[in-house]
Amino acid sequence: MGALLDVSGLNKVYEGSGRRVEAVRDLTFTVESGELVCLVGPSGCGKTTLLKCVGGLLAPTAGQVTLSGRPVSGPPPGMAFVFQEYGRSLFPWMRVGDNVELPLKQKGLSKSRRGELVDDALRSVGLADAAGAYPWQLSGGMQQRVAIARALAYEPEILLMDEPFAAVDAQTRADLEDLVRGLWRERGITILFVTHDIDEAVYLGERVLVLSGSPTVVRERLRIDLPAERDQLHTRVAPRFAELRTHVYEQIQAAKRGTPAPEPSDRIVDVEDRPVDKS
Amino acid sequence: MRGTNAVLGATGLAVFLALGEAVPRLGLVKEAYFPPVARIAGALGDELSDDTFWTALGDTLTGWALGLAVAVSAGIVIGVLVSVVPYLREATASTIEFLRPIPSVALIPLAVLLYGSELRSVLLLVVYASFWQVLVQVLYGIQDLDPVADETARSYGLGGWARVRYVLWPTALPYVMTGVRLAAAVALILTVTAELVIGAPGLGARIAIAQNSQAVPEMYALIVVTGLLGLVINVGARTVERRALAWHQSVRGEVTV
Ligand SMILES: Nc1ncnc2c1ncn2[C@@H]1O[C@H](COP(=O)(O)OP(=O)(O)OP(=O)(O)O)[C@@H](O)[C@H]1O
Ligand SMILES: [Mg+2]
Repeated sequence: MGALLDVSGLNKVYEGSGRRVEAVRDLTFTVESGELVCLVGPSGCGKTTLLKCVGGLLAPTAGQVTLSGRPVSGPPPGMAFVFQEYGRSLFPWMRVGDNVELPLKQKGLSKSRRGELVDDALRSVGLADAAGAYPWQLSGGMQQRVAIARALAYEPEILLMDEPFAAVDAQTRADLEDLVRGLWRERGITILFVTHDIDEAVYLGERVLVLSGSPTVVRERLRIDLPAERDQLHTRVAPRFAELRTHVYEQIQAAKRGTPAPEPSDRIVDVEDRPVDKS
Repeated sequence: MRGTNAVLGATGLAVFLALGEAVPRLGLVKEAYFPPVARIAGALGDELSDDTFWTALGDTLTGWALGLAVAVSAGIVIGVLVSVVPYLREATASTIEFLRPIPSVALIPLAVLLYGSELRSVLLLVVYASFWQVLVQVLYGIQDLDPVADETARSYGLGGWARVRYVLWPTALPYVMTGVRLAAAVALILTVTAELVIGAPGLGARIAIAQNSQAVPEMYALIVVTGLLGLVINVGARTVERRALAWHQSVRGEVTV
């Protein structure tokens, strides 16, 4: 009990057209309320699959996902999803404001309340005056900010983000990372952030879960003991940041080679409780 | 560029009309079958001042509009149902592929047997021909649904009906519009065909009468009217399409926000 999100023994096997792919083998982790957790793993290791199972968009083959004590069997009301393909996730036939408002209509909120939430969300991503534009009139980074605003306006208990910045340029990406961290600190939402970028995971997360290569298990859990106040310039050159990212990098490289995870005893990072294997 | 094209188009038309006037007058073709343009224009003037012409035009437009309306509504409703209900598409695919290529005119005897030379005969043919145009486009349009857009909608808790309304329908709309435009053209062809062959009242029947009574310039004048009708319908359909799809990439560039 206690954890907002509880994933236990999650397994997903894709079957069809004669091919059987075990994308996720056995994943167990929890996310506490108000946490910002990053999942990092090599490309193709099943991150999207995992997130879709958590978000109730895919039914897991085995295992269970619980959100605030209730098992997830379809998209739960208190969850918002930010997709990697922002361009396709925004509806080109609706103006930015309507895109952000649509989920709120579905929630049955009053018109005035919807208006407040839309304005507030667009303002907090710095797009207050873009409500009347169509998504395709905006740059890639702006589009992803609209997608984030749509998720914010929905007022979710937990926000799932699937490599949201993989397709934008480095400068925009840095801005968006700061935006997400800023929103997290201001609003106290819970965020589960998936990325293949090690630096991004370490920079953003309070905790980082390192995934193994496919079929996927959690290879390591680290607490990121960087100060809560982070900025692109100083945090990224801090010695502690370098240590943490090197550690995660080694883990991912080892994961790609398929070497088993080392014993967690004298690592430079404090490794949290590992499931089962030691008593 | 547009200006040049307009000038070229107008010149082409003028040359065509001039030839239409000159060739019969020079005796290159028989004037009895190919009257010069001026005489056709005269006959057209006579038609326009004749009440029965306007009644015939009204009948034709009624057949066209009713048939098109029924075909479009049925095409959309059935197209959405077939796509949304699991397995229905697979189950109906071969039937559709079999029924679709049957030329509507092959149903003329059936239409006459059932309804004689009433409006309902015309409607049967028009609906049959235009329905497939719409249905096929709706099916393609819905297949074009982006899985990411659909998952986005699902993740925000949009139910079945809301997804049809906010995601599926706008996705399919460009295809539906194409279908409606094609159907509008086909519907006109079938309306005139039905009137001509079955003798249901309308422009087609009037063309047949003109031909039987050797009123060749009148016959040409009526043919010109059907051509103009087709032109107006096509231009109208394209305008509606542009308005409805201002957000779509085929039109996008011209929107001002
Ligand atoms: N719909 C599907 N049907 C069958 N196999 C699938 C399907 N989706 C994903 N897979 C397989 O599952 C594995 C994990 O895919 P997934 O998209 O979850 O990886 P990922 O970690 O998100 O990759 P990336 O970093 O490239 O986004 C891959 O081997 C992929 O081929
Ligand atoms: Mg992915």
